[in-house]
Amino acid sequence: MKGIDYFAPPRLEEAVSLLRRYGKKAALMAGGTDFLLRLERGLVQPGVIVDLKKIRDLRGINSNRAGLKIGAATLMDEIASSHLIQTRYGILAKGAAAVGSIQTRNRATLGGNLCNASPAADTASPLIALGGRARIAGAKRVREVPLEEFFLGPGKSCLQPNEILKEIFIPSPVQRSAGSFQRCTRTAMDIALVNCAVFLSLASKGGVVQDIRIVLGAVAPTPVRVQAAEDVLRGKNPDEKTIEEAADCAAAGVRPIDDVRSSASYRRAMVRVLTKRAIEEALREAGGEA
Amino acid sequence: MARRTKRIRVTVNGERYEKEVSPSKSLLDFLRMDLNLTGTKEGCGEGECGACSIIMNGKLVDSCLILTVEADGQKIQTIEGISRHDRLHPLQKAFAEKGAAQCGYCTPGMIMAAKYLLDHNPSPTAEQVLKAIAGNLCRCTGYGSIVDAVLSAAKER
Repeated sequence: MKGIDYFAPPRLEEAVSLLRRYGKKAALMAGGTDFLLRLERGLVQPGVIVDLKKIRDLRGINSNRAGLKIGAATLMDEIASSHLIQTRYGILAKGAAAVGSIQTRNRATLGGNLCNASPAADTASPLIALGGRARIAGAKRVREVPLEEFFLGPGKSCLQPNEILKEIFIPSPVQRSAGSFQRCTRTAMDIALVNCAVFLSLASKGGVVQDIRIVLGAVAPTPVRVQAAEDVLRGKNPDEKTIEEAADCAAAGVRPIDDVRSSASYRRAMVRVLTKRAIEEALREAGGEA
Repeated sequence: MARRTKRIRVTVNGERYEKEVSPSKSLLDFLRMDLNLTGTKEGCGEGECGACSIIMNGKLVDSCLILTVEADGQKIQTIEGISRHDRLHPLQKAFAEKGAAQCGYCTPGMIMAAKYLLDHNPSPTAEQVLKAIAGNLCRCTGYGSIVDAVLSAAKER
């Protein structure tokens, strides 16, 4: 930890050029709630820390007709307690509220949660379900990637060495759409054993599912969409049997591991339970708005 | 590589400080070692236990997971800064009266978390108190007397 240098540039371009100047020696930090643990444990040994919190372009929640933009360095608590996000993108507010303690949510950022690329990240599943897109700043341009393609493996995202996650864009929800976020965990503070986010829309009348996304966290190397389970419901007016079929399909489609928190078989069983609950809740909410 | 230091300015409990610090020093160590404000405790050092809770720019945070250099230009309140002269803060009084401290190690962080709650929600329910202190571990009391003390301080205010 000796001899670390620290920069907190006010502009995104300066942060990108610091990354270019220092290359592999530089580490990006936002809230620091994960990064400083890894620094303390010697898992990362950067020569230079580039703190992103002073960059105004990375902060804030803005909406227009097309959708919602959230700056990558926006605090978890700002997302969890935003009235706009609670009412229009409720599953994201719930996911953000599930992260750590209030002490953590007052420091941790959305971009940090995503860039750490934990398979259990509680904001990743809701954002993928909502069709979120990552806007990534590089030296020359900003590129856009659907969030479901952002994660490559535990701790690995598609960010290139000179790139910084700038913001997340979520398209406005269509008519008669709703979601649900479900999570199971050991204690208030622990990371998820399994999380599940569902977002669906119904046809203009009746109960036929027009489109649906089912996303699961902590049961594969990255957050995963279970398209086979989505296909069971798409175009149907689901009864209990169809919902159970989709939940079974989700449980069959994941690759959970055994670890200190839970066995793989328990995780798989919980995938079935949470997926069913999430589909039922989303159907109720979407229908209720008609 | 040579050791580098950074100059920071910070306001702690209303007093302004200007210091040279190493970029890797935690804010918790700075408060305890450099400013001798040892009321803020180190429990886990990993953001799990909340013993190091302080209020920075109006937000409750774990000082073990913040670098001192990040606090440049910020306003900090620690447990030492919540009493007025010799008058205890209502939460401090309530913790003493209700026996909400046993070994006392979690108490400063617990009181800062409770203060942050009451600053935002002056009359919380017991459930809201429990939620607000979810990031603060106590291994002695079983939390019952702590919740009682926070509720009673809320009534006093």
